[in-house]
Amino acid sequence: MEMNENTILKFEDLDISFRTNAGVVHAIRGVNIELRRGETVAIVGESGSGKSVTVKAAVGLLDGNATVNRGKILYRYKNDDGTEKVVDLLAMSKRELRTTINGSRIAMVFQDPMTSLDPTMTIGKQIMEGILLHKRGDKAFAHARALELLELVGITDAEKRMKNYPHQLSGGMRQRVVIAIALACDPDILICDEPTTALDVTIQARILELIKDVQDRLGLSVIYITHDLGVVAKVADYVNVMYAGKIIEVGTVNEVFYEPKHPYTWGLLAAMPDLETDDDRLASIPGSPPNLLHEPVGDAFAARNAFALKIDEKAEPPLFKVSDTHYAATWLLHPDAPKVEMPKELQTRLERAKKEAEKYQ
Amino acid sequence: MAETAYVPTKEDFELLTGRDITTDKNFASQSYWKGVAIHFLRNRRAMVGVFIVLAIILLAVFGPILSSYGYRDIVSYTDEAGKQVVAKGIAPQIGHAGDGPFDQYTFLFGTDDLGRDQWTRTWHGARVSLVIAFVTIIIDMIIGMSYGLISGYFGGAVDAVMQRIVEVANSVPRLVIVSVLAIFMPKGMGLVIVALLLTEWIGMSKIARAEMLRIKEQEYVLASRTLGAHSMHIIFKQILPNTIGPIITQVMFSIPTAIFTEAFLSFVGVGIMLPQCSIGSLIENGFNNITTLPYQILPPIIVLALQMLGFNFIGDGFREALAPKLEDM
Amino acid sequence: MKKYILKRVAMSLATLLLITFVLFVLVRIMPGNPFPSERMSAEQIANKRAELGLDDPVLVQFSRYMANLAHGDFGKGTSLYYGAPIKTVLGQCISNSFRIGGLAIFIGTAVGLILGITAALNKGTFLDAFCTVFSILGVCVPGYVFLIFLQYFFSYKIPFFPYFFDSSRFLFSSVMPALSLSLFTMSTVARFTRNEMVEVMDSDYVHLAESKGMYGNMLVTRHILRNALIPIVTVLAPLIVDLLTGALVVEKIYGINGIGKLMVDSIAGEGVDYNYVLALGILYSALYIGIMLIVDILYGLLDPRIRVASSEGGDA
Repeated sequence: MEMNENTILKFEDLDISFRTNAGVVHAIRGVNIELRRGETVAIVGESGSGKSVTVKAAVGLLDGNATVNRGKILYRYKNDDGTEKVVDLLAMSKRELRTTINGSRIAMVFQDPMTSLDPTMTIGKQIMEGILLHKRGDKAFAHARALELLELVGITDAEKRMKNYPHQLSGGMRQRVVIAIALACDPDILICDEPTTALDVTIQARILELIKDVQDRLGLSVIYITHDLGVVAKVADYVNVMYAGKIIEVGTVNEVFYEPKHPYTWGLLAAMPDLETDDDRLASIPGSPPNLLHEPVGDAFAARNAFALKIDEKAEPPLFKVSDTHYAATWLLHPDAPKVEMPKELQTRLERAKKEAEKYQ
Repeated sequence: MAETAYVPTKEDFELLTGRDITTDKNFASQSYWKGVAIHFLRNRRAMVGVFIVLAIILLAVFGPILSSYGYRDIVSYTDEAGKQVVAKGIAPQIGHAGDGPFDQYTFLFGTDDLGRDQWTRTWHGARVSLVIAFVTIIIDMIIGMSYGLISGYFGGAVDAVMQRIVEVANSVPRLVIVSVLAIFMPKGMGLVIVALLLTEWIGMSKIARAEMLRIKEQEYVLASRTLGAHSMHIIFKQILPNTIGPIITQVMFSIPTAIFTEAFLSFVGVGIMLPQCSIGSLIENGFNNITTLPYQILPPIIVLALQMLGFNFIGDGFREALAPKLEDM
Repeated sequence: MKKYILKRVAMSLATLLLITFVLFVLVRIMPGNPFPSERMSAEQIANKRAELGLDDPVLVQFSRYMANLAHGDFGKGTSLYYGAPIKTVLGQCISNSFRIGGLAIFIGTAVGLILGITAALNKGTFLDAFCTVFSILGVCVPGYVFLIFLQYFFSYKIPFFPYFFDSSRFLFSSVMPALSLSLFTMSTVARFTRNEMVEVMDSDYVHLAESKGMYGNMLVTRHILRNALIPIVTVLAPLIVDLLTGALVVEKIYGINGIGKLMVDSIAGEGVDYNYVLALGILYSALYIGIMLIVDILYGLLDPRIRVASSEGGDA
């Protein structure tokens, strides 16, 4: 299995569909994502674009009605004896995945801390559970480790909190507990599925800082799923923009933020609230994502795209290379395409943001 | 992939013009209720339920009319000797040539111990049960909804008092209500109806109140309140339509409860009285004659079970259609 | 929690007292005459009324009734059982009803839980479909119909079980009524357990547990069952009351001297025995309210969200 040495997780041509009463929904249509050791990759998109499904496939949490049609999710890890090994997570049985990967090597933080903790179990037990499960030590060790983790994620009075039930904690505290649970067995990869969406704005920033802090301290690789570009700018090294089950633009944060090529990315950036824009209206992308019950013909975004070309209705654009790290799937990058620039307001806005950013670097 | 086979021409790279991209074509065409209806119609079990219920209603309406016997008529004829011969305890049969006294008669479900046509009586009984169920549940729906909506809307002290009443009413077992009623009123259809009226509204009022509490604080209601709309106007014009879904679901589950209750009250002898008949009294009669005429008990039991099945399926269908899970979308 | 329990107990007692009073008043003010007038002269009736204190103010009568009730004395029946003390009759009936009802609750809950759990763990398979069909049938066919068939086939056609209840062979003759009674509980519990489990299995906290590496039996017992079973307690409560008290038709069919049959006898005959109606009304209400109370407290004990009042959490 071919994989760059630094790459720790790689989604290769992932293709997933769901059986529903209304028919087959082709939710993921050939996704490629690469995560390198110690780096942070963000997956951005509207709800229903398939971001969550993509990562759930990696941790064996797909719903029962999902079918993986194609693709691999390669994961490189060090065995206990120090040798490196590459496995395809999709080829592993659920049992294998749970015993060797989940929690111990790849951990997950869920979107809503109000529902992601077991209401009938003390948080101490919930943290210790994983440690005991993966046999990292005895009960006393697990207890000490849980205390340590609670302190790591910034919960004071840890000894007392261990005995609390989830409903006794606030949303932000609960998300800290969820992060502590995820970190319990020193995983290599942390997958954060919209970890701040359900929280108050003031708490969002603190949780983001916390994740970044533990990432730096523990050398984790992180996958971030979000629809909030503000979050991406703060945390990510690489950005994947996802639309209708496909990655339509990928690049470093700077590339995607300051030189976006795909009209959909333009739309997302233009829709970001910005203090300095004096436009009265917040720009938004017209329409809604396509219903993947009916496979779109051509470019899935064409119907909402003000810069759609004739070919968009006939053929799906391939990923065009912009730079070694920057790719975008839009026919506008084809040599024959007319020269279309991003909207003026967005351009000025991005330039301003770029200058701002440079000032602080 | 098929796309790679397509070789784009120069003309393909022209901007598309003259399109309307601002209208949302994915969702605009489907209203909420249309979505619910489509979901319900696609639900196979719900459709089976609708079919069963419709079939029983049709048979209950037309079964007795089409029959050549009345539900309380004893089928008999007078023979040459002037003796009356009664069609007692005849097994289900279709009229045929023969020497027996009733061979030419058709009794699809046979006749009972007194010589009455079981087919006619079964559908007449089904009719009585259905009428009782529909009438009481609809009245209960009106009472329960009004009570719950008012209680939920005004909140505070009004709500507290009204909910205490519900709590007490809910603590009285149905049987106790029936037995006290038996002191005050003659046994029969009236007693069954009143007993159901006194108990079934509670569930509806709880649903209506919960919906009211949920919807009350939503923007459009607050908006019309600040605009000075009258309380009753808000309750009945704005909130009522939104509570209709869960209430109808509850109705679909209450109807079988009512049918069940009628059946068991009639069975123990405080419900439908002679010469009327209902599903319950027919089952009782069948039970009394089970050793001699065992087939007699089957038609009312099957009709009862099918009624329950049908209404439960429809109720389930409504519930799923109103709150679809992603999986069965 | 203590405060919560005390409050609930006090409320329940108040409700019961209120219901008892209303029942008492309703029964006392009823029209007609509790005595067979054709056999007694007007003077005799007047004497009898005075003797029983029926001419006193209602409140006086009520306090006298309650004082007697405190000693378990329900008075005597007016027409049933020739005036034997209600207490004695009731005692025998309660014993029969509770033993059969208890058996039915046990069978119904145990089998229902097993069916529901099996179905949920094998969602979408044949087992699941079987459980669904079974629970639908159990809800659609009344238990007494089932008993009628059992009686016809296994007592009449094949005389194996007794045709009527025989208290000298208690367990043997309880098999058929208990089975029939358990049917409704069984299917309700099975259906509820299945749906509840399926929902819990799809919850975020179970996904989180899976992402920790939990799987199989451990996941089921530690996270799924506990969360799914707590709400089942609430469904069970009314079912238990029904089984302990509401086996009317089954008791009638199978000739069991239970409180259900007593209730039928007191209202369905020619006359209505007011004192039995009152006594049974109080008994039924007390049982109902009592079991609801127990379930409420049990629920609180099982669910930490109620047991442990939420304390100050502080922000992130």
